[in-house]
Amino acid sequence: MVRRIDTGGGAPVEFTFDGRPVTAQPGDSIAAALTAAGIRDLRDSVVSGAPRGVFCMMGSCFDCLVEVDGVPNRQACMVAAEAGLVVRRQTGSVEVPV
Amino acid sequence: MTGAASADTLVIGGGLVGAAVAWGLARQGEKVIVLDEGDVALRASRGNFGLVWVQSKGSDMFDYARWTRRSADLWPDFAATLTEETGISPGYHKPGGLHFCLSEEELDRVRAQNRRMHNVNDALGYGAEMLDRQQLDEIVQGLGPDVVGGSYGKHDGHASPLYLLRGLHAALTARGGRYAADARAEKVERDGDGYSVTTARGTFRAGKVVLAAGHGNTALAPQLGLDIPLRPEKGQILVTERAAPLLPMPTHLLRQTDEGTVMMGDSHEDTGYSTRSTAPVIAQIARNAVRCFPALEKLRIVRTWAAVRILTPDGAPIYQQSQTHPGVFSVNCHSGVTLAGAHALALAPMIAEGQLAPEMAAFSPERFHGQTD
Amino acid sequence: MQSCDIAVIGAGPAGLAAATTAAKLGFSTVLLDEQPAPGGQIYRGVETAGADRARILGPDYARGRELAKAFRASGATYMDGALVWNISTDLMLDVSRAGASTQIAAGSLIVATGAVERPWPLPGWTLPGVTTIGALQILLKSSGVVQEDAVLAGSGPLLWLMAAQMVDADVPPRAVVETTPRANYRAALRHLPGALRGRGYLTKGLAMIRKVRRAGVKVHTGAEDLAVEGKDAAAALRFTVKGRAHRIETGSIGLHQGVVPNQQITRLLRCDHAWDASQMCFRPVLDTDGLSSVAGIYVAGDGAGIGGAKSAVLRGEAAALAIAARSGRGDAARSGAVRAALSRDAAVRPFLEALYAPAPHVTRPADDTIVCRCEEVTAGAIREAVDLGAPGPNQVKSFLRAGMGPCQGRVCGLAVSAIIAERRGESPEQTGYYRIRPPLKPIPLSELASFTPADRAAE
Ligand SMILES: Cc1cc2nc3c(=O)[nH]c(=O)nc-3n(C[C@H](O)[C@H](O)[C@H](O)COP(=O)(O)OP(=O)(O)OC[C@H]3O[C@@H](n4cnc5c(N)ncnc54)[C@H](O)[C@@H]3O)c2cc1C
Ligand SMILES: Cc1cc2nc3c(=O)[nH]c(=O)nc-3n(C[C@H](O)[C@H](O)[C@H](O)COP(=O)(O)OP(=O)(O)OC[C@H]3O[C@@H](n4cnc5c(N)ncnc54)[C@H](O)[C@@H]3O)c2cc1C
Ligand code: FES
Repeated sequence: MVRRIDTGGGAPVEFTFDGRPVTAQPGDSIAAALTAAGIRDLRDSVVSGAPRGVFCMMGSCFDCLVEVDGVPNRQACMVAAEAGLVVRRQTGSVEVPV
Repeated sequence: MTGAASADTLVIGGGLVGAAVAWGLARQGEKVIVLDEGDVALRASRGNFGLVWVQSKGSDMFDYARWTRRSADLWPDFAATLTEETGISPGYHKPGGLHFCLSEEELDRVRAQNRRMHNVNDALGYGAEMLDRQQLDEIVQGLGPDVVGGSYGKHDGHASPLYLLRGLHAALTARGGRYAADARAEKVERDGDGYSVTTARGTFRAGKVVLAAGHGNTALAPQLGLDIPLRPEKGQILVTERAAPLLPMPTHLLRQTDEGTVMMGDSHEDTGYSTRSTAPVIAQIARNAVRCFPALEKLRIVRTWAAVRILTPDGAPIYQQSQTHPGVFSVNCHSGVTLAGAHALALAPMIAEGQLAPEMAAFSPERFHGQTD
Repeated sequence: MQSCDIAVIGAGPAGLAAATTAAKLGFSTVLLDEQPAPGGQIYRGVETAGADRARILGPDYARGRELAKAFRASGATYMDGALVWNISTDLMLDVSRAGASTQIAAGSLIVATGAVERPWPLPGWTLPGVTTIGALQILLKSSGVVQEDAVLAGSGPLLWLMAAQMVDADVPPRAVVETTPRANYRAALRHLPGALRGRGYLTKGLAMIRKVRRAGVKVHTGAEDLAVEGKDAAAALRFTVKGRAHRIETGSIGLHQGVVPNQQITRLLRCDHAWDASQMCFRPVLDTDGLSSVAGIYVAGDGAGIGGAKSAVLRGEAAALAIAARSGRGDAARSGAVRAALSRDAAVRPFLEALYAPAPHVTRPADDTIVCRCEEVTAGAIREAVDLGAPGPNQVKSFLRAGMGPCQGRVCGLAVSAIIAERRGESPEQTGYYRIRPPLKPIPLSELASFTPADRAAE
């Protein structure tokens, strides 16, 4: 489905998406690493609940929003994939613990 | 005037005031045309906070307090009718409203205001009460340590001003009225026993004219024997991304919309007609919001904007009919959401009659000249 | 608070050239970009891409390396990961970086924030697996990741470039579905003689198309009625050619209809904009130096009007030279040479613009198609709001929430203006565009609450 033609050298790192381990290469955004791992569905729309994934990869569309280390609505295509990140798929509006 | 579009009443201005009056007139069976400016205009109706707010209105003017309360009482019916006629809900809720105080000084000020409200309004069951910190905690969880107390008004509520405006436009159209944008009124003149209004989209004619052009009224007033002293005051607003429900009721500084976004505002600046957002004020509003409700700091601000309040010298509305030009009325207020119910269901019928009721005399600009008639 | 003579926003070819030129002329210069590394869109990841990737991306891409190197050596200050989220008219920049906001006071500003892809609302375009072609290319440039079995649909040079790069990567697309209407070829032919001055571009373009066809990629031309099928993700692309229905099963669909200027900053600053009927987009009104209608604010690169990377470099340099000329440090000879090179480089544009003008169906989505992806507002709802009397995109926005989501209209803006314009029977110039407000991207409330901007009178 997805092919990695080169890794750009350097050591790969690992983070998790909904608990599942994902390998990222240097230079990957979270969105790139998820795409390379075949993960397309990143969240539910806050309006209709329909699934959404990466669209523009350049920080314009805000469709790739995920929770990163407990912080919701981060743009997966703009956040570098780093070792140990805990990334989660989003459903519904942001819950703010009071 | 051949070829001119004609109506029973021309309403100049398609903001919340003009649209509410226009729909109210259409409900009285009138043929109404609303003349408005284009897509980008000084339009407070598109930039306000959406409170239907009673608790601070008219502490020094009994008639204004009573009129506000009347509008709040009309709102449930007003919202239901609008929804029924258009399928567009203005999203009105009446859970009551809170004013958080962040200092003892503010608490004293609000307490004094409340006392004045009770003095002028006790008979009406005005209903705002002072709450101490403990009482506030019972209503809202998660208040910041700086909140020392506040007041609670049970008649307060909020609505979506944007859906309200859209609903009013849709309801007007559904009742055979017409909304004409890009039709700024340049000149209003006598024409037979009525008036003609010149715009870039042609000339319009009617027996009656209502000036509801917000700050635009200032330029039109002198042509029609009216006196409308207004001043601009900028207010900036911030809005967050959508969040799950966290605020049980609106407050003067924060409110959560039906979509889940949290709006925050309450700045007052004398910067003319500017509608620019500025970093110092945005940062100040953010600080106050976080002081009131620290959990909000996790949310992102998606947008900020500014709009210009339409203020009269005493903050109360001006309603008047021209003495020199029969059938010409003007309406100005700085709480067009709150008063929308009264404008549509109480004021419009008076205009349809061609005569403001005697109780409206208190809102004449003559009050600024020390005359009581 | 920091201050500088010249602030440049955007580290693509235009911004890199502008900052390099400005710094060399002795101005204290700060270049800010939201990305973690210089390069902008065309030269994404250019400092780190390995040899394989560089080979696939070709010599045009490799040129970016020189540009980045010259910039690194220029003495200009580079702020990576720096999002400019607000600018006042007296050129105070509010910048978010590493979770905190600070300010930079600039003497002059060069906006080099590039292009975004033209919105192309079609049924199913919000499904996971549907991306822009730009997105596919960014995956390749910064991560060496290529989708297998991708279908590339739309029109424009970037579509063919991506297809050719995929062929070179040995992961050719499953198919190319071109929407360029046949009538465009005739319209473009008129501009061919002029375009021959820029024959390099034409030769390159033809070579790309040939490469893709030779590799055996199935190419459909004159496609219409495109729609993506799928329940939870893209499963197939449907379209018609001359009335005949086609359907290609695939989980990866790349869409492209050319690029258009990113207007966020110039709209925020309330610069005058004009409708460019040839490029079918808005662009800021600029003088020959790139100076906008707002004092001290220059625009260079694709954000000033689409011209490509080479033109972006030249326009970046031109803006810096113009600022220098105003303070008596200009270089008239160099300015003249840059202007001449720009005119040569632009020779091919009228041909390309006529050839790749979006097909009428691109700007006229069906009533039930979602146009604003964030708030899920359909084309039909927009048309209804116009019928209610809404005179333009700002009233439509307030009636429907179109453009109020987190992207703030970046994606749907042009599509919404086009739908309104068509419904009202006017040109998009008359219709206008969304008002853009700070913050240019969402900022945490905690960050704003701890931000201490200088209290100045200017707005
Ligand atoms: C920041 C802020 C917060 C607010 N919060 C609240 C709140 O919480 N609750 C509340 O009740 N109120 C609130 N208000 C006040 C409320 O927004 C206004 O009272 C209300 O919108 C006034 O409506 P309007 O129709 O009179 O004026 P506007 O909305 O300004 O509309 C005037 C209209 O007239 C048009 N016009 C002008 N000149 C002409 C002309 N010559 N010919 C034709 N058309 C013309 C304009 O284009 C415009 O459409 C707030 C206001 C601000 C600024
Ligand atoms: C996705 C995509 C891929 C493209 N690929 C190619 C290609 O391969 N070949 C080709 O010839 N052309 C390509 N183009 C066209 C290309 O964009 C231009 O020709 C060229 O890159 C324009 O350069 P520029 O300097 O004007 O802007 P860009 O290269 O787009 O650079 C703009 C920069 O501004 C930054 N920026 C924007 N807003 C802000 C802000 N508020 N704060 C801080 N930074 C900000 C962005 O992060 C970006 O790095 C592509 C366009 C897009 C949209
Ligand atoms: S994919 Fe568009 S913002 Fe990340």
